[in-house]
Amino acid sequence: MPTSKFLADPEVEEATVYSVLRNRGVSRRRFLQFCSAMTATLALPDSYMTRVANALETKQRPVMLWLEFQDCAGNTESMLRSSSPDIAAIVLDLVSLNYHEVLMAGAGKAAEKTLQDSISQYKGKYIVVVEGAIPHGDGGVYCTIGGRTALSIVQDVCKDAAVVIAVGACAWDGGLVAASPNPTGATGLQAVLPGTKVVNLGGCPHNPADTAAVLTHYITFGEMPALDPYNRPLFAYGRLIHDQCERRAHYDAGEFVEEWGDEGSRKGYCLYKMGCKGPESTFNCPTVRWNNATSWPVKAGHGCIGCASHRFWDTMSPFYQRLPSVPGFGVDVPIGEIGLALVGGVAVASAVHGVARAVHFRHHPGDHSASVAPTPTTQPNGKPSPDEKEN
Amino acid sequence: MARVVIDPVTRIEGHLRIEAEMQGGKVSDAWSSGTMFRGIEIILRDRDPREAWIWAQRICGVCTTVHAIASVRAVENALGVEVPDNARLLRNIIAASQNVQDHVIHFYHLHALDWVDVTGALKADPAKTSQIAQSISDWPKSSAVYFKSVQDSVKGLVASRQLSIFTSGYWGHPAYRLPPEVDLLAVAHYLEALEFQREFIRIHAVLGGKNPHPQTFLVGGMATSMDPNEPQAVINPERIDLLRKLAAMGETFVNQVYVPDILAIASYYPDWFQRGEGLGSFMTYGDYPKGSMKDTAAYYFRRGMILNRDLSTVHPVDPAQITENVARSWYEYDGASGGSLHPSEGQTHPKYAGPQPPYEFLDVEAKYSWLKSPRYNNVPVEVGPLARMLVNYAAGQPDVKSAVDGALLAAKLQPQALYSTLGRVAARGLEAKVLAAKLSGWIDGLNVNMNRGELRIHNGDMWDPASWPKQAQGTGLHEAPRGSLGHWVEIEDRKIKNYQVIAPTTWLAGPRDANGTRGAYEASLLNTPLAIPEQPLEILRTVHSFDPCLACAVHVVDAAEVELAHEILTCV
Repeated sequence: MPTSKFLADPEVEEATVYSVLRNRGVSRRRFLQFCSAMTATLALPDSYMTRVANALETKQRPVMLWLEFQDCAGNTESMLRSSSPDIAAIVLDLVSLNYHEVLMAGAGKAAEKTLQDSISQYKGKYIVVVEGAIPHGDGGVYCTIGGRTALSIVQDVCKDAAVVIAVGACAWDGGLVAASPNPTGATGLQAVLPGTKVVNLGGCPHNPADTAAVLTHYITFGEMPALDPYNRPLFAYGRLIHDQCERRAHYDAGEFVEEWGDEGSRKGYCLYKMGCKGPESTFNCPTVRWNNATSWPVKAGHGCIGCASHRFWDTMSPFYQRLPSVPGFGVDVPIGEIGLALVGGVAVASAVHGVARAVHFRHHPGDHSASVAPTPTTQPNGKPSPDEKEN
Repeated sequence: MARVVIDPVTRIEGHLRIEAEMQGGKVSDAWSSGTMFRGIEIILRDRDPREAWIWAQRICGVCTTVHAIASVRAVENALGVEVPDNARLLRNIIAASQNVQDHVIHFYHLHALDWVDVTGALKADPAKTSQIAQSISDWPKSSAVYFKSVQDSVKGLVASRQLSIFTSGYWGHPAYRLPPEVDLLAVAHYLEALEFQREFIRIHAVLGGKNPHPQTFLVGGMATSMDPNEPQAVINPERIDLLRKLAAMGETFVNQVYVPDILAIASYYPDWFQRGEGLGSFMTYGDYPKGSMKDTAAYYFRRGMILNRDLSTVHPVDPAQITENVARSWYEYDGASGGSLHPSEGQTHPKYAGPQPPYEFLDVEAKYSWLKSPRYNNVPVEVGPLARMLVNYAAGQPDVKSAVDGALLAAKLQPQALYSTLGRVAARGLEAKVLAAKLSGWIDGLNVNMNRGELRIHNGDMWDPASWPKQAQGTGLHEAPRGSLGHWVEIEDRKIKNYQVIAPTTWLAGPRDANGTRGAYEASLLNTPLAIPEQPLEILRTVHSFDPCLACAVHVVDAAEVELAHEILTCV
């Protein structure tokens, strides 16, 4: 068993963890709760918890550089809402967040110096997180920082990074900024880093529980968790929302909200007829939820907008229009067209998802914007077998 | 003369650049530039007006909810839709809790490090910090042991040689004047506020599924179903109970931590109540309706203007007097170069005319920002918490008057002290106090409605686009944390024909206009002394006192830009 060396000697492990925790003023119970939560989010066996705890206690914190370009800072705010671990634990314990425009103390030249120092001092070892799209139009004048374009900054900073992570829809595939007609010629991060594997944490915003789990996985195992064809972690983006939804039984029973605020909405009926995109979207939103697992949009009464889907602003809107092609419900797309869409090779996590996506694309006036969409450059890692992750 | 450049201005939302001329150790002139542009208004064109709020909300993730509220109000105004009482209450709760949340985050995480030297905390005597804490507040986390543990964690951080977000600070700068014990108190509350904001904003998760970007607004109301007898209803007695607990927690934190900290820290910086005064004219649209949005006189926060620091008269606001000017912005107007346009007929043709990157300085004699210059009756005005507090104070709004008078008394200050850098900071804290206290009343209102069977959350009369007129125009106004926000929508053939936004930070951070008149940031920076020009901490203090949000401030674009956009696309 991969964890046996730690489990075999609990006293040694106990001493190490205990001493570090005491210095930090964090209770051991709270710390282990966090390790347990991360292990569960990553869909790893319980036995991995000890290993996660040990790695977090013994390894040096990596330096993290968080860059923002054409963004709304919603992913930063989402990270601030992280509950397990909380944001203080992330930026003070888990990583050293040397550059982050929203949180860092220094500005201007002091900020720029910290960025450059971190790059040279931790060459090949630091983590880069990018939030926001990157504009290409007119030589990149639509986003400059310190007089430099986003494009030149991101290429410079990512060149010597150990890991590059795109958080949120905009950094993944251009998001809202690249939605039709994409006025600034914006793209996601992967499109500007052709030789680098960018790990994408889509969503609008990203869910901080997933991002914390990815960071934890990286610090524990020295590599990223298993990824899908879009380089998204499978543990977070591998399952349909529809299949995890607490209102699913009502869908199966044919019980739907017909009008906002009607009796069905009070009884928690299915929101499919109100435009919910859950049947063609993948994300662990219904299980991880948001804000300390308080809720998620469908629980709060509104349909899913498919915010973790590829180019969702164009492919999932109009958001109040019922999905055209959910199996077993009002299929109005010719079967030949479905086949064509699938043969077209759209990389998706499920066939249902792929069909609806392609159909939507064809119907939307902003079709041409798809031409700047980055295409996945890597294939899935294969099966996420925990045993392969032995360091 | 030396030119000081701050880019990026950090601890804000978005991409802001400040250039300042120095003469005799003081700022003799300043230029404020927004350096990022997305074009969300053009992206909104031809889409379903009912979903505009989902898109518009993404203008900003820090002041999340505010563009959603302004957007649904604009479309409802265009279609003549009144929302049910429950939707009004839900929006008031969401907006007020957003203000409280945003103000707390601003003070501790975006602004405090301008006043607090984190390294000073290392030298503090935790027992003295405990005495100070207990002398200013009943907040229970105030023991010497507690502050010692915070100090130890700062020591641990320093010992690790990786200071994380504190790496680049101007520690030891002569403009820091707090005793080490107060530094330690503030560092402890910086960390506590991180916990607070995470927990308090669960109000939005209950009502909107998540924060940032809650997802239950609707044109015509809210999607938040209510039922006293249904466990699956979004709002039921159990949820009311949770909302009450969270609101009470907010009120306690604001009254026992946030406001006492402002007063304590400000007492060491009295000169900053006389600096950074800026324009001296203020505007607020008012907000928190009691009934219909049209009944502006009944808003909890009054609408009005204060001109030239004269609190004796509250002037009316006429939204028709609002224009945007692009003489010094990277846009052109058809036929009316240097002219001004009302947002309902606004046009925006972006045309970058700045230096090619990489560049060292902007050409501040010409165009120098992606922000436009909003004007009221051709005059720049300040918007934001200070504007709201001044207008409501002058109008005699009882809750605001009592909060402001109480604070002035405690700080031994006259109302004139509010026209300053710290005046903005204090106004923000007082607003949080007033709104946190108001939250529970709106939650009670929801509960009363629910228990008497008034469960309507949505007015569906105009939900079906087939019921709409061929053309419609609407305005949605809202008081966001940073100030007055307006959305203007034009609907034709069931689609958005034109969409314009004027955000608070556009009012504040915009460049000069055709007359050369400075915007609020630029005016407020004049005469700011800099002890060390390479470490422009004093400039940051005043700029941060406005709580900049640049993503909100730059959005823009309309019709003629489609062609430009297509050209850009073919280049990519």
